[in-house]
Amino acid sequence: MLPVDGFGFWEGRELGKVNHRMDPEVSAVRLTILEAVHILSSSEDGGRIFCTLESLKRYFGETENPALPEEQEEFARIHFSTFLRFLVGKLSPDWLELLPDGQMEELWASFFLEGPADQAFLVLMESIEGAASPSFRLMKMVQLLARFLSVGRMAAVMEGQCRQQAGPAFPLLQETLLTKVVGLPDRLGNRLQRENLATFFPQNYFPLLGEEVLRVLQVVVDSLRGPGESLRPRETEPEVLSRLLGNLVTKNKKAQFVMTRKLLFLQYSCTMPMLQSLLGYLAMDSQRRSLLMQAGPTTHQVLKELLETWGSSSAIRHVPLVQQRYVSKAILICLAHLGEAELQDSRDELLASLMEGVKSRLDSSLPPVRRLGMIVAEVASARIHPEGPPLKFQYEEDELTREMLALAMPRPAADGPSEAGPSFALVSGETPDRETVDCSGPQAGPEGSDSELDSDDEFVPYDMSVDRERRSSKAPSYVRGCLEALTGSEDWERWEAALWALEGLIFRSPAATQEVSVELAKVLLHLEEKTAVAGFDGLRQRALVAVTVTDPAPVAEYLTTQFYALNYSLRQRMDILDVLTLAAQELSRPGRLGKAPQRGSPDPGSQPGGAVVPAWRAVVEERIKRKTRRFSKGSAGQAPAVGPNEFNLVAGYFFFPLLQHFDRPLVTFDLLGDDQLVLGRLAHTLGALMYLAVNTMVAMPMGKALLEFVWALRFHGDAYVRRGLLSAVSAVLLSVPTEQLLADLLDELLEARSWLGDVAEKDPDEDCRLLAVKALLLLEKLRDKLLPLSSP
Amino acid sequence: MAAPRLPPPDPQFVLRGAQSAVHALHFCEGAQGQGRPLLLSGSLRGLVHIWSLQTRRVVATLDGHGGQCVTWLQTLPQGPQLLSQGRDLKLCVWDLAEGRNAVVDSVLLESVGFCRASVLAGGLQRWMLAVPGRGGDEVQILEMPSKTSVCSLKPEAQARLGMPMCLQLWQADTSPRPLLLAGYEDGSVALWDVSSRKVCSRVACHTEPVMGLDFDSQEARGVSGSAEKALAVWSLDEQQALQVRGTHVLTNPGIADVKIRPDRRILATAGWDHRVRVFHWRTMKPLAVLAFHSATVHCVAFAADGLLATGSGDQRISVWSLYPRT
Repeated sequence: MLPVDGFGFWEGRELGKVNHRMDPEVSAVRLTILEAVHILSSSEDGGRIFCTLESLKRYFGETENPALPEEQEEFARIHFSTFLRFLVGKLSPDWLELLPDGQMEELWASFFLEGPADQAFLVLMESIEGAASPSFRLMKMVQLLARFLSVGRMAAVMEGQCRQQAGPAFPLLQETLLTKVVGLPDRLGNRLQRENLATFFPQNYFPLLGEEVLRVLQVVVDSLRGPGESLRPRETEPEVLSRLLGNLVTKNKKAQFVMTRKLLFLQYSCTMPMLQSLLGYLAMDSQRRSLLMQAGPTTHQVLKELLETWGSSSAIRHVPLVQQRYVSKAILICLAHLGEAELQDSRDELLASLMEGVKSRLDSSLPPVRRLGMIVAEVASARIHPEGPPLKFQYEEDELTREMLALAMPRPAADGPSEAGPSFALVSGETPDRETVDCSGPQAGPEGSDSELDSDDEFVPYDMSVDRERRSSKAPSYVRGCLEALTGSEDWERWEAALWALEGLIFRSPAATQEVSVELAKVLLHLEEKTAVAGFDGLRQRALVAVTVTDPAPVAEYLTTQFYALNYSLRQRMDILDVLTLAAQELSRPGRLGKAPQRGSPDPGSQPGGAVVPAWRAVVEERIKRKTRRFSKGSAGQAPAVGPNEFNLVAGYFFFPLLQHFDRPLVTFDLLGDDQLVLGRLAHTLGALMYLAVNTMVAMPMGKALLEFVWALRFHGDAYVRRGLLSAVSAVLLSVPTEQLLADLLDELLEARSWLGDVAEKDPDEDCRLLAVKALLLLEKLRDKLLPLSSP
Repeated sequence: MAAPRLPPPDPQFVLRGAQSAVHALHFCEGAQGQGRPLLLSGSLRGLVHIWSLQTRRVVATLDGHGGQCVTWLQTLPQGPQLLSQGRDLKLCVWDLAEGRNAVVDSVLLESVGFCRASVLAGGLQRWMLAVPGRGGDEVQILEMPSKTSVCSLKPEAQARLGMPMCLQLWQADTSPRPLLLAGYEDGSVALWDVSSRKVCSRVACHTEPVMGLDFDSQEARGVSGSAEKALAVWSLDEQQALQVRGTHVLTNPGIADVKIRPDRRILATAGWDHRVRVFHWRTMKPLAVLAFHSATVHCVAFAADGLLATGSGDQRISVWSLYPRT
């Protein structure tokens, strides 16, 4: 009935053997304890037990009549754990009630709370893990552990360890202790399941542990420091770290792992100041510095590995953008800490991995990824290869770039960060005042008017980018004239004027445009920027869109064929996609221009929707209009424009040809290979066309074809492509009428749904996850619509 | 960091119905006791339209120039009298009081050029009028309403200034002597002392004819625009000597008109390139480029409350409220 955990130590031969070697005083401690154990085991007399336990407390040294220091030491070292285990064994409701008012429990607990903390902690953990669940003992031990934490005994545990450093170390015990201290939340969580106490939750436990660590550090610092020494007024954080940790990172494998790998590569949760402190700490001392940057087989070279991770094309695809930013920033901080000479030593190696990374990053179809590549490449190349020609990219400047450039300021270890680094040059965007330059005399003098105090602040200039040089009046007056000017003309002013005039002319004379529409589209598609025309791309694109809108079927047919034709640049192919999208958008805009839609005879062959139902209302209205003479229209034009979707008749021309050849690579164009950027654009374009085909007859077949396309590419490695596919799915759900979705696309939707679920949960790209969730929500809505139909 | 600029402003409203190019604009303050001023416009086909800025409709149309372009409009402070100058060599004086619109007087001009007249009215019954004069290079000064020709200002023959292109009569606060600023065909601006009929000072501001000028008499500083690609800012010192303070290069050549707002904070130019440019007057910092019109802008005018009207060959008048006074 009395479990005597570990008491074999005091019994039989063991006891005798030890005894022979011990001196008399020491064995006196042992005898006292043996006697106490005997009394506790046998007696049912509360008073006697109380006295016995009280008497043992003299070994803690805090009573009026403390035991000799040697005795205390022996008790703590040899007997305490065993005695605690014995006490744990005694724990039962009956035993605790031998004395009234919980006195017994209080006394019992005091052994755990006042004795050597490390052993008490280990026994507590051990007994919690060993106790049956659920049980009285488990409950009591858990409560005791909570109390142990709340009275700050963890500090005592750690302090005890610090003291022992002086004497012979117990590496194994320390290891165990460390594991248990760190793993406490997990262990208790596992043990107690739903009965776990809030104290043991990681979010509560670790802050507490942190505070205790601080307290211990304070104590340690106090004890190390002589009485006269005072704190240095301002220490930067790396210095604090350095004082605390010394060169631990070079000596201890675990610390090295945490600081050079875990915090840099496996996690990305450090704030920037933390990261700066960490890398600053590593850079402070020459030994530690070698971790950052030294060629050697054994040491991790942090910088090199960072660069490799940063540039690995697999990491670029599969690692969340936040982490990519984190690694990029870490590289910049590293570079800021390292000196020229150190970088020069392994320049070739670093440069090689940098360039490799830049290449992979610039290949990415995601602008943020590319931008990280540009920023890091600029800064890093300037530091690693300062004498070489500086790399310069064009990217938008925002919070992030500013933050990153600020991180890259070199900070010499000796000085404060007072002097600005030479490699840090912000290019300011103060350009729009171009008119103010070139004054022949002094600038319009403000003399006399200064007194007026008329502040310029209220006179904020507006955007003046429209203020371009006026083109000459050589602009052709007809579409055909433009065509000639753009093809044959060597007169660049005329060429430029024609480009400017084209969009307006096309809209003004649709009939004339239709005569030459395909030819015009061909010329525009192949048009190259021959003079430095401001906004050339925009002008060309707008003209192309205008042609497509004016004569949709033939032009769209032409453009979609050219998309898969040989000998086009990626830029041109993407232009085709953009033009198709914009033209479709214009065509599907309700009531655009209010003019009669120009529709040719619909070609049934290219309309997979089957027979095209003429918009009867428009036909009837047209007929009424022709037969009726109206005297006043009043303000009829003010009503919100309604009308058939003009895109209806031509959607097929825009959409289906684009789907036909995506899996057939050409010599110069391989959508499923290197040209994934165009594939991403294609997916987005198809999604947009699908969306714009809302309320059209072809929506259903389009949806079906699009879902097939999505299915074929759903595991594509590029996030931009996946985003396109996901938005395409949403477009299908939005544009195809519910009944048709349920009747004709049900299987496809069910397939898509499982894929969406996977993406929403596991995709590394945040936007992909978001898009998948949106599509799932649309599916949910669909189901909600379905249920009321089927339930009654 | 350059903050993103505001997009260019839009006109507050547009007046359509002039039916031909608008060549002259003038705000008529507080006439008829209404809250908002009237806007007068002169058109290529010789009509003067009076617009209510309240209803944005034409209140009245005056036809007094026989279908010839109206180039200049001005109201007199004493009573609702309107002066209109036309290419039919007539300068008409209209009586607009109590809804009348009749020509009460007219002056025959002797020059068919582009030069607009100028008036100096001291709030008295008599006022002074400067009009382009005989011989192509003279400026004639008339005392009105008697139409007495006071003098004619003829540059010295060897100066070769060419025709006067724009005129501005003014009077310094300190002196009763009327002065005339005239921009000439050769690109120079001259200051005439009308009483002594002498050129006080002359400065070559431009290499092309001066098309428009405006003068800020409090700052003794003026601005002129010409057919070339620049605005010139010049000043007048105590010795009444003109000095170029600076030139301001524009994107496109040709300024048809330039006006400083009555509060002397901003100025606007009418451009042959269809654009109206707005500058801060003290610093000449460019503030806005209004690219609303689709033809040459012929004239700009400011109202006392700061409203800006611009008239163009596209037959439209646009009205803008920029940098309202606080």
